[in-house]
Amino acid sequence: MMKALIKVRDVRTVFGTKVVHDGLNLTVNKGEIYGLVGPSGCGKTTVLREMVMLQEISGGKIEVLDHDLSTISSSAAQKLRSEWGVLFQAGALFSSLNIKENISLPLKEYTDLSQKMIDEIVKFKISIVGLKSSDALLYPSEISGGMKKKSALARALAMDPKLLFLDEPTSGLDPISAREFDALILKLRDLLDLSIVMVSHDLQSIYATLDRVAIIDEKKIIYEGDLKNIKNSTNKFIQTFFRSNFEQ
Amino acid sequence: MTNYQKKIDKINLSGVKEVNFNLEAVVYFDTAAAIFINSLREDFFQKNIKTNILTTNQDIVETLDLVLKTKQRTEPFAKEVEETYLEYIGKTFYNYYNGFLAFILFLGKVFSAILSYFVSIKNIRYKEIFFEMNESAIKALGIIALTSFLIGLVIAYQSAYQLKIYGANIFIVDMLGISIFRELAPLMTAIVIAGRSGSAFTAQIGAMKITEELDAMKTMGFEPYLFLVLPRIIALMITMPLLIFVADIMGLLGGIIISYIDLGISASLFIERLNEVVDAKHFFIGLIKGPFFAFLIASIGVYRGLMVKNDTQSIGFNTTKSVVESIFAVIVCDALFSIIFTNLGL
Repeated sequence: MMKALIKVRDVRTVFGTKVVHDGLNLTVNKGEIYGLVGPSGCGKTTVLREMVMLQEISGGKIEVLDHDLSTISSSAAQKLRSEWGVLFQAGALFSSLNIKENISLPLKEYTDLSQKMIDEIVKFKISIVGLKSSDALLYPSEISGGMKKKSALARALAMDPKLLFLDEPTSGLDPISAREFDALILKLRDLLDLSIVMVSHDLQSIYATLDRVAIIDEKKIIYEGDLKNIKNSTNKFIQTFFRSNFEQ
Repeated sequence: MTNYQKKIDKINLSGVKEVNFNLEAVVYFDTAAAIFINSLREDFFQKNIKTNILTTNQDIVETLDLVLKTKQRTEPFAKEVEETYLEYIGKTFYNYYNGFLAFILFLGKVFSAILSYFVSIKNIRYKEIFFEMNESAIKALGIIALTSFLIGLVIAYQSAYQLKIYGANIFIVDMLGISIFRELAPLMTAIVIAGRSGSAFTAQIGAMKITEELDAMKTMGFEPYLFLVLPRIIALMITMPLLIFVADIMGLLGGIIISYIDLGISASLFIERLNEVVDAKHFFIGLIKGPFFAFLIASIGVYRGLMVKNDTQSIGFNTTKSVVESIFAVIVCDALFSIIFTNLGL
């Protein structure tokens, strides 16, 4: 029995009068790359935001690393935040800091490591995501979209999290960089023993990286499991989305 | 297209039983043309006129077919719900009410963030505070000095003319001293800072919200209230009295120059008279207003920044709101101070 890192149970989300989720259930196990897939506006990113405590739920329960998010104390929440990393769609690097400062920020704030040690760690993270150390002093406005994503990933990995959340990691990248990014995610999972939750639209990236997938449609999870059996589903979205006979 | 439509509308169709669309000579045919022809055919169909398409071009036939099929599938646009005036008023007031509650919530969060300063001294972000002090106050010194110098000049010049009529030249010192210390310097400083730094707070934080930097901070456990909100508020509260002090000096300097040129009052006489007739309390009342104004300007500026939604337009909207609201709040606050100090006999 694998250990469940995230449990989402009967979650209900309401924006104004619009019900986004009603009775949403999913489980993310240790060591897997778990994907959230669904049509636009189905609330994939919303679930992700709920998991990282950016969005409150209107009903139900979410447990992350054995903490119930609705009853968590602020100190436990603070500790929990250091155990995950989040990669936002556009990177969300702090624009007033350069790449090196962006990555070293959590280390400076939360650890009492020496500056030399922090520099070493930053260098390691920069090279592990495939950036050059010579780029470290550039500011977010001076680098390309792919580099921004890689730097943001390096920042998300700064504290060596157990859990990594990725919001559309390959969107806005050219196909070659996108495949490189997929390979990078797989490599990091093996290298750092990560569990990854990601929202994606990119079919190639879905087939290349995901172990398990959850399809959200009509406010619920309509499919949860591996990708092999997915084509047997009769749901319209799944049929259209996975119609292409393209697998790796 | 509308020209053709007009021409076609003018044709007398009585007695016509059949219309042929001859598209043989057409070289280029797009979907807009197909939609036009399609709607013509529908019109004719309603008037019981038969229509034929004459073409051998397979592309045209397919385009027409596509348009026809798509049209059969499309649904009419959803009707726009019209608001009655009562609904509009109700919604507007409800929005204001919600905005007010949101601001109260914001203030509550600010105060709970201040409480965390008492939990651990490490929570105070000195670096950010000093940075903001430099950014939003020290760099504003020049413009504040210049504005208040000009205001002192103008007020002195206008009143010198009036005072001369009565031969009450020396009373310009009383007038300038009290009005600049008590009202003009604090208000001018507050207005310049609201326009300069309050708007900057809104735009900076608003832009950070759009690029998800705020969300990124939260997920990394950096409380934005500790890192962004409080340093700005505190920095402005500390520096505002200093800025008012500068405005006092520069305003009086303007007054001294005009008094000398226009009324022949020497600088030393001016200062001697100032010492005699203007109590120190006027000066201190002006300074005390500083932190209050600063709190209003900074908190409204930051609050408006946090209210920015996920589109670029709302940055402009909220920046405007931030400046207007903070200047208004400063003036209301000043009026309250007037009442309070008068009742206290100060």
